[in-house]
Amino acid sequence: MSNLTNERVLERLTEQFGAAILSSETPYNLLTVEVQTDKTHEIIKWLKEDAELKMSFLTLIGATHYPEQTGRELAVNYHLHSLVHNVRLRLRTFIPIENPNIQSITDIYIGADWQERETYDFFGVNFVGHPNLTRILNEDDMDYFPMRKEYHLEDATREDKDDRYFGR
Amino acid sequence: MGKVEIINDVETFNGEGFQLAMLDKVIASARANSVWPLPFATSCCGIEYMATMGSNYDLSRFGMERMSFSPRQADLLIVAGTISKKLAPILKQVYEQMAEPKWVLSVGACASSGGIFDTYSVLQGIDRVIPVDVYVPGCPPRPEQILEGIMNIHRLVKHENLRRRYSDEYKHLLNKYHLNEDE
Repeated sequence: MSNLTNERVLERLTEQFGAAILSSETPYNLLTVEVQTDKTHEIIKWLKEDAELKMSFLTLIGATHYPEQTGRELAVNYHLHSLVHNVRLRLRTFIPIENPNIQSITDIYIGADWQERETYDFFGVNFVGHPNLTRILNEDDMDYFPMRKEYHLEDATREDKDDRYFGR
Repeated sequence: MGKVEIINDVETFNGEGFQLAMLDKVIASARANSVWPLPFATSCCGIEYMATMGSNYDLSRFGMERMSFSPRQADLLIVAGTISKKLAPILKQVYEQMAEPKWVLSVGACASSGGIFDTYSVLQGIDRVIPVDVYVPGCPPRPEQILEGIMNIHRLVKHENLRRRYSDEYKHLLNKYHLNEDE
């Protein structure tokens, strides 16, 4: 069992990338690092190849919508896992909703393919360089991104629901 | 053990060497007592439906021994479970592939109205895409309720006019769902 700590991971990241590491916190003992959007690809590649950290497993890619943060509405989250040290790391980066572009990491992790498609499907994040960025779970002719908080969760075609009976 | 009573639901006129009956009654009785169901089961209602097929409730008592997993040989489409919007065109295609006459049983709240899944990804009732003959309420319904729904289908089959499928009302119904191939 190795003793790689969250502090050591953050230290290595800071000495390697400096200004690209914007902030960090450790909710539930999970190191969460906010990084610059244009450096995300480089950082993930370095984490995979670094001989000490060996963060070579991509657990998931997801997004979160924060409608109140103007100019940085969408957070793209990458969960990485060092299987050798059993240490996890969460990278997040914020992108504006008008221009939701971020570089795809499918050239680093082939398994990112479907996860990026899913994130595109639900949040409309445009992964530049993805080989086939189309909808994966929703119907192909859907014309919006349903997990963005600007849309109602309820189905718009339902006629029998009267808001008066539901206290709304 | 009581005496087994054989229900004779076709009225006949018997004489020496001959038996007379109304042909449509004979056909209706034959259809009703050998309905071949196609189970389109997607979730928990499907599990209740499996219990209905099992030996405790024993659907095969009613001439439904054989589940038809090909729509081309099926008479009754049993939709049991949540139908997502992405699945709706497939459900419609299965219905279109069934030969006339055909009936549809909607089992459970989700198939009938979307149920608790009032959300962007779920079809709010299968009657948005195909016509439904009998609805079974419940979340999920017990096997007794599913059996009652099937008994209601049998009542419909027994009393259906043989010419109903050629009627203007029926064509109008299919047109409403854009199902009429002639148009």
